[in-house]
Amino acid sequence: MMKRLLHGVPLHATVLLALLLAALVVAPAFANDYLLTVLIVILYFAYTGQAWNVMMGFAGQLSLGHALYVGLGAYTTAALYVHFGIGPWIGMPMAILISVACGAIIGFLAFRFGVGGVYFAILTIAFAEFARIGFDHFSWVGGSAGFFLPVANYSHDDLMNLRGRPAMFYYVILALTAVAFLLCHALMRSRVGYFWQAIREDEEAARSLGIDTFRYKMYAILISSGMTAPAGVFFAFYYNNLFPEQTFFILRSIEIILGPIIGGVGTLFGPIIGAFLITGLAEVLQELLTWYGFDPPGAKRVFYGLCLLVVVMILPHGVWPPLSRLLRVDRETERTGDKAEP
Amino acid sequence: MAALLAVEGISKNFSGLRAVADVTFAVPEGEIFAIIGPNGAGKTTLFNMIAGVFRPDTGGITFDGTRIDGMTPDAVCRRGIGRTFQLVRPFPALTVEENVMVGALLRHPNLSSALRRAHEVLWRLDLFDKRTQPASSLTLPDRKRLEVARALATEPKLLLLDEVMAGLRPTETDRMVEILKKINNDTGLTILLIEHVMRAVMSLAARILVLHHGAAIAEGVPEAVVREPAVVQSYLGAEAL
Repeated sequence: MMKRLLHGVPLHATVLLALLLAALVVAPAFANDYLLTVLIVILYFAYTGQAWNVMMGFAGQLSLGHALYVGLGAYTTAALYVHFGIGPWIGMPMAILISVACGAIIGFLAFRFGVGGVYFAILTIAFAEFARIGFDHFSWVGGSAGFFLPVANYSHDDLMNLRGRPAMFYYVILALTAVAFLLCHALMRSRVGYFWQAIREDEEAARSLGIDTFRYKMYAILISSGMTAPAGVFFAFYYNNLFPEQTFFILRSIEIILGPIIGGVGTLFGPIIGAFLITGLAEVLQELLTWYGFDPPGAKRVFYGLCLLVVVMILPHGVWPPLSRLLRVDRETERTGDKAEP
Repeated sequence: MAALLAVEGISKNFSGLRAVADVTFAVPEGEIFAIIGPNGAGKTTLFNMIAGVFRPDTGGITFDGTRIDGMTPDAVCRRGIGRTFQLVRPFPALTVEENVMVGALLRHPNLSSALRRAHEVLWRLDLFDKRTQPASSLTLPDRKRLEVARALATEPKLLLLDEVMAGLRPTETDRMVEILKKINNDTGLTILLIEHVMRAVMSLAARILVLHHGAAIAEGVPEAVVREPAVVQSYLGAEAL
């Protein structure tokens, strides 16, 4: 298993990855509550970014409504927990199922009837908006007044019910992010992964090579929506409150895609690097502005926007591709160790 | 012997414009068959009907004993027809070998055997040394050969080549002709090509079909076809003689 996973990955890349993972594993021992909260937010966006990347980065289908799958995952497990006392880990398969079913409907409508590009993106926004308006009037889960999970001060961590201290949540989201990374790594180097990339690059050429593009685009949205749902489960149990106006809001979907865009769409490390950069940047800006006592309303957002603009202008393919060349872990170096002769 | 590809009386209209009118021909297994004709003669439309991009308005296409008209392009490919595009369409972000591997994955679901198969095809097309380059970095002649390699990797029984010589210099054209001849000789692959470059057509094709205004005006061996007055008048011009 390990051997297969590491096939073709240069040794020093594996070492770098192991060091990063080790640093993340020991981080709670050194981090204060504030830093731990920031790290949780970073990993949350790394996870959701990775899930979104399966659709856009691998298969080239732009979704601007991924908040839908987060929200469905969140509301499903929260409702099962509050109304029936069903724990989040039991609820998670149900959350994934509902998300995937919703992804299947959107995918079928779009891909069967040839809706692509920006029109597909608009369709995904529309469905997230349907959900936002629908949940506003869905009184069983609180409607627009919000849905709340019981909160108490927990002296010990209850992993089964996801009730506990920040460090526990940190390890949960770290595990989710690691699993998502490994899954995407395996997908990218699979038959499905190559078919996705072919579709992303040129759909008509892909069809001419015998690829049933409808089927493989469906796989992309099913896997991506299913992967996104557990982020919603985490969101619900970490924040303990859900409001349709926030959960399904388009800004939530945009937040999800910022990381991979800044980090590098279609790369494995892009979503992770991007999550570190955007969340880190926001926090650093906050600190700096407070430090200088310069805090007119909206200043942080303006600076944040300017910084993103500069990154996108200088590095249009994201931070990871040039960074990977710098670290010599990019595809070219990878290949010299992986030569096959006929 | 039954033909590998039999096109019977197919027509296609585009909002009143008759692009292809009642064309019939057959390509026996192992033959190299060329379709020529002036611009706008309906060659690419005819080609796209065989490849599954358009459904013919009338008539039928039989390939390897099965009706394929109206099938989707991916289904046509899975039946055993590989195609290239007139304007080459490589997957730019993928490397040369990945481009070809995507084609090979159709019949070799295992990644390493698909890569091995891709390497064999790259050898044939003189692209093996460039296999790790991104496809976007290739020159036009290399892209044209990559296009052929990718289609070949799907292991077709019939290869459709849409103006694969267009834009090549004479030496590059000869190189492509040699490669295609060798593939046809070694593997018995049936090839149907649309071509403007008469130099390539004359040295490759066993038989030629001439299209003009969507209709077939001549068919036969190259030497005979280029002497037919209708062909000379409509397409070749006096200097070709």
